[in-house]
Amino acid sequence: MIVDKIKKQEVKNVKNKKPNIDIPVGKWIKCDNCKEILYKEAVRDNLSICPNCGHYFRMHIGKRLNLIIDDGTYKRFDINIDTPNPLQLEDYPRKLKSLREKTGLEEAVSCGIGNINGEKVVICIMDSAFLMGSMGIVVGEKITYSIEQAVQKRLPLIIFSTSGGARMQEGIISLMQMAKTTAALTKLHEAGLLYISVLTDPTYGGVTASFASLGDIILAEPKAMIGFAGQRVIEQTIGESLPEGFQTAEFLLEHGFIDKIVERKDLKETIYKLIKFHKGGLTYSE
Amino acid sequence: MNRKVTAWEKVEIARNPKRKTALDYIENIFDDFIELHGDRNFKDDKAMVCGLARIGEQNFTIIAEQKGRTTKENIERNFGMPNPESYRKAIRFMKQAEKFGRPVITFIDTKGAYPGIGAEERGQGEAIAKSMFEMAKLRVPIIAIVIGEGSSGGALAIGVANKVFMLENAIYSILSPEGYSSILWKDANRFKEAAEKMKLTAKDLYDLKVIDKVIKEPNGDSEESFSKIVCSLKKEIKKVINEMSTLTTKEIVQERYKKFRNMGEFINLQEE
Repeated sequence: MIVDKIKKQEVKNVKNKKPNIDIPVGKWIKCDNCKEILYKEAVRDNLSICPNCGHYFRMHIGKRLNLIIDDGTYKRFDINIDTPNPLQLEDYPRKLKSLREKTGLEEAVSCGIGNINGEKVVICIMDSAFLMGSMGIVVGEKITYSIEQAVQKRLPLIIFSTSGGARMQEGIISLMQMAKTTAALTKLHEAGLLYISVLTDPTYGGVTASFASLGDIILAEPKAMIGFAGQRVIEQTIGESLPEGFQTAEFLLEHGFIDKIVERKDLKETIYKLIKFHKGGLTYSE
Repeated sequence: MNRKVTAWEKVEIARNPKRKTALDYIENIFDDFIELHGDRNFKDDKAMVCGLARIGEQNFTIIAEQKGRTTKENIERNFGMPNPESYRKAIRFMKQAEKFGRPVITFIDTKGAYPGIGAEERGQGEAIAKSMFEMAKLRVPIIAIVIGEGSSGGALAIGVANKVFMLENAIYSILSPEGYSSILWKDANRFKEAAEKMKLTAKDLYDLKVIDKVIKEPNGDSEESFSKIVCSLKKEIKKVINEMSTLTTKEIVQERYKKFRNMGEFINLQEE
């Protein structure tokens, strides 16, 4: 259960806000890759993939849920928490408020229970539209809570990661969320439950260096950028430019850090298949 | 010196190349120490020192981020910035500590895990994650001591301990103040302000319950003040190990789990 250790502060309840993440502002969108001007609806109908060059646009939580979870089965965990702004940064609460209005999201992750072709799972989906999917107290707590729910209900855990890493605005406490989520995963591990980590563009820093890298199975979308250190930091440190394809999903596959690259259209079936493979393990006596 | 030392001044003290390094502490706290090498996978990364040590009859496993004490040594040790092999070496020593029932003492002192091409190729993120994972479930007591710079995931990777001590002038943070100000304010010159804001001093971290104990540093960098620090560390290590000696392995793991499970107090909107 959630422990309420902080007295209520002046907090607006964001629970009833309507999500507006799927409503396009304009009708047209430019592909980052081929620069083609595209009709937004055509992109949306194509799983947020450029119909011209196949470039993957970053997916918002709502679309991702539609893609992975059986219609009408998703039940979000009833956990409504907010950050106490541990560094007391003046503009941080304002920034969060405007992001909530802009994205319709409460935070950078949505967690709940849903079905994948009838198989019940605990699922967490991160969204880079919310402060680069960074992990602060709320994200760390929601992921940890989800892991605990998976242990309690003996369900497989699926996490779709996309994140710039630990959230700067919350300082060291964000860093500690890496340890918190990781420690929770030891319980899932000991309970013998399956954890599938799906890396999407981009996954970096403290998220790569914690739960995202700890899946029993790690999948990634094609060409997703995944790493620990950011490319600019590496370039500045080593004083040379980086090789072609560095830190792409394909690079990670080649170096042995992910199990499989899966196209968006095949993700649901692949995850379903993997869940089935992990059922009915034989128990041999000691 | 009665004036309060500012956060930025502490950053400078923590980074001072003359500041004592992990090996200085190890050689003075413990009665005996033997360094052992290698991750059994790729190489021996010298940014991390691992080995066995003893106080009286009590054996310990040592895992320590090691900066160089000379330029030559710093180059050898990559200025204390670990590559993934460091963390994999650390994991190897954690598992042996568990096998042989030795408490683990880690020393944290790094600008961060090394951001390089090879480090990424060999899974820096995975190595850090796995190190925290193994620590979180280790069935022997772990004490982490932040002695200098504890920066980012590269520091936390060996920081998932039952008790975290921190020297008074050490720092522990999500990132360097320079990096912080350039990311958050797009201005690398506001690092002093960042240092104040970030809550990276031992006192701030004690108040935030990120660390358990501040180890006082007497004024000045004389040998006398160093030996006082060594003395308090030795005393505190003995005290914690003694206190934990009655715990079961389950309780040892549970105590550590609870500590990190509670990191990050939040506001509950449920009761609105």
